[in-house]
Order: sequence, then C-alpha cells, then structure tokens
Amino acid sequence: MRDVAVVSFAQTHHAREVSDINEVEMLMPLMGEALAGSGIPKDRIDFVCSASSDYLAGQPFSFVMSLDAFGPWPPISESHVDMDGAWALYEAWVKMQMGKTDVALIYAYGKSSPGDIRRVLSRQMDPYTVGPLWLDPVSMAALQARVGLEAGTFTVEQMAEVVARNRRAGATNPYAQLGGEVDPAALLAEPEFVAPLRKHDCPPITDGAAVVVIAAGDAARELSDRPAWIRGIDHRIEAHALGLRDLTRSVSTEQAAARAGVADGPVDLAELHAPFSHQELIIGDALGLADGVDVNPSGGPLCANPIMTAGLIRIGEAATRISRGGGDRAVAHATSGPCLQQNLVCVLEGE
Amino acid sequence: MSDVTLPASLQGVEPVKSIRTPARLDYVYTAGRASSRFLHNVANKRLVGQRCPVCHKVYVPPRGSCPTDGVPTEEDVELAHTGTVTSFCVVNVAFMGTLMEIPYVGALILLDGSDIPIMHLIQEVPYDQVHSGMRVEAVWVPDDEIGPTLESIRHFRPNGEPDASFESYKDNA
Repeated sequence: MRDVAVVSFAQTHHAREVSDINEVEMLMPLMGEALAGSGIPKDRIDFVCSASSDYLAGQPFSFVMSLDAFGPWPPISESHVDMDGAWALYEAWVKMQMGKTDVALIYAYGKSSPGDIRRVLSRQMDPYTVGPLWLDPVSMAALQARVGLEAGTFTVEQMAEVVARNRRAGATNPYAQLGGEVDPAALLAEPEFVAPLRKHDCPPITDGAAVVVIAAGDAARELSDRPAWIRGIDHRIEAHALGLRDLTRSVSTEQAAARAGVADGPVDLAELHAPFSHQELIIGDALGLADGVDVNPSGGPLCANPIMTAGLIRIGEAATRISRGGGDRAVAHATSGPCLQQNLVCVLEGE
Repeated sequence: MSDVTLPASLQGVEPVKSIRTPARLDYVYTAGRASSRFLHNVANKRLVGQRCPVCHKVYVPPRGSCPTDGVPTEEDVELAHTGTVTSFCVVNVAFMGTLMEIPYVGALILLDGSDIPIMHLIQEVPYDQVHSGMRVEAVWVPDDEIGPTLESIRHFRPNGEPDASFESYKDNA
C-alpha cells in the first residue's frame, strides 16, 4: 500500500441559505485556500474528484459547470461521484494506490436551499413502492429512532446529551452554523417535531462546500509539516429497503471499522457524520469508541450539514486536528443514504 | 422471463408493465454574482464582460471565474455592441416551440473587446450570405421591453463593415 495523507483542508462558513452566489463562486475561494494551505501550484494536482447531486441544484450536469471553480484547462484528469465527498476522497485514494497519482484535490458542495430539501431527498428512495409515498429523511430517521428507543438501545436523555455536546463544540468552530450552550433538560422540554425526534435532534439545513488535498509519500511530506496519514479506509453498504435492516445498529460501519483498523490503537478523537442525534449513538457503538474519545470536536453535522459535503468535512476536520498536533490518531466517518445505509470509516494518524 | 414460475395466487394475473409516479420539485435558481451583474447590465443596454487577472482574457457572459486559471475575475470590461461571426449554422429543423421561421442562422459572435464568442441569431440578411468574418451589430428590442435577459437583443445583423481578417478571430475559429 502507498502511504497517502491529507495535507490541506478548506471549508465555507456554513449557512442556512447562500442566495447571492452560485456554487462555482462558493467553491472558488476554497480552491485557492486549499492550494495555498498546501503551498502548491495548481499544475501539481494530478487528479480532481468532486462530489455533488444535481437534485439539490435542480440542474442537470451542474457538477460539470462546477469545474470552472478549479479551471480545467489545459484538460485535467477528473472524476465525479453522486455521493458525499468522502467517497470522492476514497476514489482518489484508490487511484493513488494504482501508482500514477501523487497529489489529488477533492471538492464537494451542496446547497440545500434552492429546493424543499425534504421533498428532494425523498427521491432517493426506490421509485416504485416508496417514492410515491414521499417518505422524507426526517421521517425515516424518526422511524429509526423509534425502533432504537423501543428496543432500549438508547434513550431520549442520551439523544439530548448528544445535541448539547455538539452544540457546545459548535460554538468553538467558526465555520459551524449552530453552536452554544444548551441544557439537555431544556431540550427535552421542547415539543416533538417528527416524533420521537425534536427539531434539535435533526441536522440544520445548510448550504456549504469543502475542499481537501491529499498526497502520497514524499509529496505529502513536502506539502505538510505534519501530514495526517490515512492508515485505513473502507466503506460498506447495506440493503436499500429499511425493513431488511436492523436499524438499531450499523453493521456496515462495524465492518468498515474492522477493515480500516479502528481497534488497532487508541483513538484520540472521532468526527462522526451522524446527521441525527440518535445516529451518533449508533455509530459510536459500531466503531467501538472507548469513553474519553473526543467525539465531534467540530460540532459535527448537528451544527452544520451541507449535504454531499458533511462527510468529507469530517475527514478534513479530523486531519486538521492531527496536523495541528491536537491528537495522534483519529477516526473520521461518513454516511450516505437513508438511515445510515452506507458508511465509510477512515483512520488518520500523525507521525 | 419465461422460466419464472409464479406462485399459484399470481398465476393468470395480468402483470404490471409500467407505473406512473409523477413528481414535481420546485427550485429557486441563484444566478450568482457574476451572472446577476451581467444581466443587470443587459437590462441597462450594456454588455459587460470580465477580465482574468492571470491570462487577461475577457469572458462574456462572465461566470465569475477563469476556467483556465481557476481564479476570480473581478475587473469589469465594457464591450462594444458589434462583433465578428466566428462560426455559424443554418437551422433547417423547426424545433418544437420555436418562433423562428426556418431556415435561420445561429452564430458564434466574438464581441469587440472580448475573448470568447457568445451565441446569438443573425437576421436581416439572406441565410446563405452569412459567413465567418462577417461584421455584425446587436439589434436591441424596444427600450420598454428590455430586461435582464439576452432576449433583450433581438438578433445581430450585418453592420456594413468589411470582413474581419481571419487573424483577428483565429483563436476562436
């Protein structure tokens, strides 16, 4: 295996609605920031991989236009995934393992504000039997939370504590959309939104983007004083149909964690892409995180959830903390699909 | 399909061959700063491109970035309402909903002062006389119909100047 590391990361100041600039204008400053962060000219980038969904913009091939933010001339080697940016990073990592690529730039963006995001995301369900019901992701997450509460896997008190801890951390993150001191008991006094979920159990609706630069071997050492080495990365997928899965646990995360080697050493911090509060409890269990692991020091997706991007941000946040000496070993997790259908686990280490 | 054996309860039942699941999603489109500024200028009967600070090319309509260098384009450049036909096609197909009488000419027009051509229609000249290098000018709709859309230019027409040299538009040919 070739050693590959995250060497640079940039993200937007996430917001509920960015209505004055388009996606290209949102991405462009980040490209400059990420390249400046790794101190490299654009022509050192061997491969560009992006992540987005045309359903969010409501425009076919909007991802092709987003390439203007990078500048694809002379022609570049490029790819795109209709998944979270963490999977774009995975594709770039695989390409590096093939040996021809030394430096790759990954970008992801998602504006949820142009459409009614709950209706838009209902379109990810199978179009024959579930799509016509317009079942949206909040309702599906509520089904999952109900199963977990009934099974005794977690409690509403634990869910409120997850929200309070993330909000507190979000207050220290200048890029987060939400943050502040909240009392878990006060949260539980709030009315239910889509029962058993309260509004704060759900992620905010966010417009945002992020860019990560990864590099292999000596290139990584050249471009970063302390690269965040990817020691393991794996992703697994479960059945689409919710009725086929045990929604109280995340088997795909357990498998990906085992293959990425999460348990091979102590974990200092974890960035978990669990958009709903109860999902953080499920993912934490699936990763086997010990007590004392700093979970979501950024505030996580409960404080900013740009779709197609929030998973890549977890990798960027974890890597930045490693590079700044805020930890030696971190776990970053990304999810996609309804009720944690697909999960990616990435183990990052400093040297 | 023929080797699938249906359970007894489904035997003889007419198979579902297709379903319709209508879906409608509404979006608010954000043109962005560069396109918004361009369209507002069009509403004021002005054509304003933007110059790349690295390669100095002038883009119209501006997208806010240089696709070659990937840097923001911030310098506005006022462009003439005249230009040169770099390429053209003669449309002989009546597309659904088109208001144009066929045949008509769609052309790439390099506005004076810019470095990439815009697409527009050429009218007020027989279609078989349109050619690359032809000098043309914008014909705007009446002032009270002008708005933030390129339809504010009804079409381009020959402006009577002699043909531009190939050298002057070879980078766009």
